[in-house]
Amino acid sequence: MHKYEKIWLSFGTVSLAVFLLILLVSALHGGHSPAASGIETIHPEHVLDDERFANPGLYESDDPDYDYDLYFVASAFRYDPAEVEIPVGSRVKVSVATTDVIHGFQITGTNVNFMVEPSLVSNYTYTFNHPGEYLVLCNEYCGIGHTDMTSIVKVVE
Amino acid sequence: MANTVREKIGVVNAKDSKLVLAHMIFVIIALALGGTAGLIQVLERSGYFELPSWISYYQVLTLHGVVLALVLTTFFIMGFQFAAISRVCGGLTNTERRIGWIGFFMYATATVVAAIMILLNEATVLYTFYAPLQAHVIYYIALAVLVVGTWVSATAQLMSYFRWKRQHKGQKSPLLSYMVAINNVMWYICTIGVATSVLFMLIPWSVGWVETVNVSLSRTLFWYFGHALVYFWLLPAYMVWYAVLPKVIGTLGFSDNLARMSFMLFLFFSIPVGIHHQLTEPGIDAFWKSVQIVLTFMVVIPSLMTAFSMFAVFETYGRQQGAKGLVDWFKKLPWTDSRFVLPFIGMLFFIPGGIGGIINASGQMNQMVHNTIWIVGHFHITVGTPVVLTYFGAMMFLLPHITGRQLTPALNKMGLFFAYTWALGMTIMSAAMHFIGLTGAPRRSNFSEYGGHPIAETWQTYQIVQAVGGTFLFIGIMIGIVLFIRLMTSEKTGIVEEFPVATFMDENAPVTRFVENWKFLVLVTVFLVLVAYTVPIYQMLTEYTVGAKGFKLW
Repeated sequence: MHKYEKIWLSFGTVSLAVFLLILLVSALHGGHSPAASGIETIHPEHVLDDERFANPGLYESDDPDYDYDLYFVASAFRYDPAEVEIPVGSRVKVSVATTDVIHGFQITGTNVNFMVEPSLVSNYTYTFNHPGEYLVLCNEYCGIGHTDMTSIVKVVE
Repeated sequence: MANTVREKIGVVNAKDSKLVLAHMIFVIIALALGGTAGLIQVLERSGYFELPSWISYYQVLTLHGVVLALVLTTFFIMGFQFAAISRVCGGLTNTERRIGWIGFFMYATATVVAAIMILLNEATVLYTFYAPLQAHVIYYIALAVLVVGTWVSATAQLMSYFRWKRQHKGQKSPLLSYMVAINNVMWYICTIGVATSVLFMLIPWSVGWVETVNVSLSRTLFWYFGHALVYFWLLPAYMVWYAVLPKVIGTLGFSDNLARMSFMLFLFFSIPVGIHHQLTEPGIDAFWKSVQIVLTFMVVIPSLMTAFSMFAVFETYGRQQGAKGLVDWFKKLPWTDSRFVLPFIGMLFFIPGGIGGIINASGQMNQMVHNTIWIVGHFHITVGTPVVLTYFGAMMFLLPHITGRQLTPALNKMGLFFAYTWALGMTIMSAAMHFIGLTGAPRRSNFSEYGGHPIAETWQTYQIVQAVGGTFLFIGIMIGIVLFIRLMTSEKTGIVEEFPVATFMDENAPVTRFVENWKFLVLVTVFLVLVAYTVPIYQMLTEYTVGAKGFKLW
């Protein structure tokens, strides 16, 4: 092997190792593991019969790890609730289920961005530190009214 | 000497040329159709144009994706690989060629049928056809036939490669034929996923034999294929970079062994990585997502090997031309040869493209950009520029070569204009996409003001910029179409354009152990796939999930 090739490949391998190390530390120490991971099933035709999704919205939580549970129902072509208020600084576990096809749940301006698939509940816990009106949209094509699917998250003092 | 044999048979014979030409005609039609669809999309999304009521944005988007990502690429790849195999292995036998034509007619028919279903608005499910959006069964059947057709053609190419090896025992196989074999073996293994999903899940479900479909499983099988598809596009471009470009600029390739080694690594790390497209979805444990992230990053090694090798070739050539300083060899490169400039511009785009890829594969940053238009910007500067500009660079010599013509100075100049217009349009369009993607603008979405929300207002200026970039790109595509037609129809001069194939600095060194041991290659590939996929798929099969009924929401 050529000397420069060796130097170049060593540089590449080392930077690869550094990248992976950063990801690992961030995942384990920082708690940034991929959103919506894990398996929590739900019957896709009976989402609205589930007590969490019958009246979706913000509920105080008993769990010490976060302050509120926030439930959303995604369906073509709307989110329920269409608007929700969250006290600033609160840690919220967002759970979303779909009654029909795949949707992409995204609260713009935050890290809340995950897929919602039939038969499964998607969760992600996030702290809303900055007041404002955040646009919730669907970022996975779900049909002709795809861009009509919106909601507003108001983070208030 | 293997070399002298290869020099003597250095043309694609007339019968094989016809097969290659048939493929290339589809490439040109796909470029025209897909390019037009792309223009319509950027104009619609600028907010200044409305589509007529008889066609929807998503129909056009489905057409754009299928025609460019599946059709243009597949026809170029199969056509180019037939040309390459024929060029270096002494022509196809009648049987091999006949099998090639059968494969061609399968995917040609399937393409036409799928396009009709899209235009009839029966398959507005985009090229990823995620269930439970349910297309017409004929669309799924067409996609299945398209894939099976590629298996048939790939088999003809592999037969040719193994025949050459049998006839030349103890000799090193021609590099291009080895690369074709790697790409085809990778293709067989990865398409098993999508074929399983289409044949055993989506077709029975869309006919009504079964009522529901397991959504997670069908998506996972799709992406088991879907990321390897990216490398299936990329490897033929690398074939041109490694095995053609050194000859084009007039020097030796850096290392035949390095090229083979990098292709081996691409085979290993192309498939067990598909879940990095599913990092933000439910139904898969964080641990298995992480395993596939690590496997995804392994591609850094063969990518850096390729970059090193290419620039080693360029510098060597520049120094042969008398360059002395640290970087003045760069100026000596053949900047007026379109066969070099088209792929070279592609390589430049691959630098931000590769960095973007590292960002996307990093689990945490992925969540920022997942399904935003950043991703669209990303794959337009990876597949949409490095890959296709290299294809077009190859077509500059391939089209005249197979039709018995020459690349004239006028057409060469036109090729340069084509490259620059494409680069300009793509820079503008993809930059705008990257910027607004970071603030959350979604991909796969028609123009919307999102109820007048301020963040959506900030996207609108950039969406106009996208349309400007897309318009330049479209002009480039028009130049390209005229150029390709002229390359096949200009006057014959009696001189046939060369199909350049490089020799290497280590031409006479033996192949590194194991690199061409197919049992070893397939075993390692399958082993890595099993490591990455056994548990996630087992969980999807055994976990109590109710399947989803089909929906037609367009």
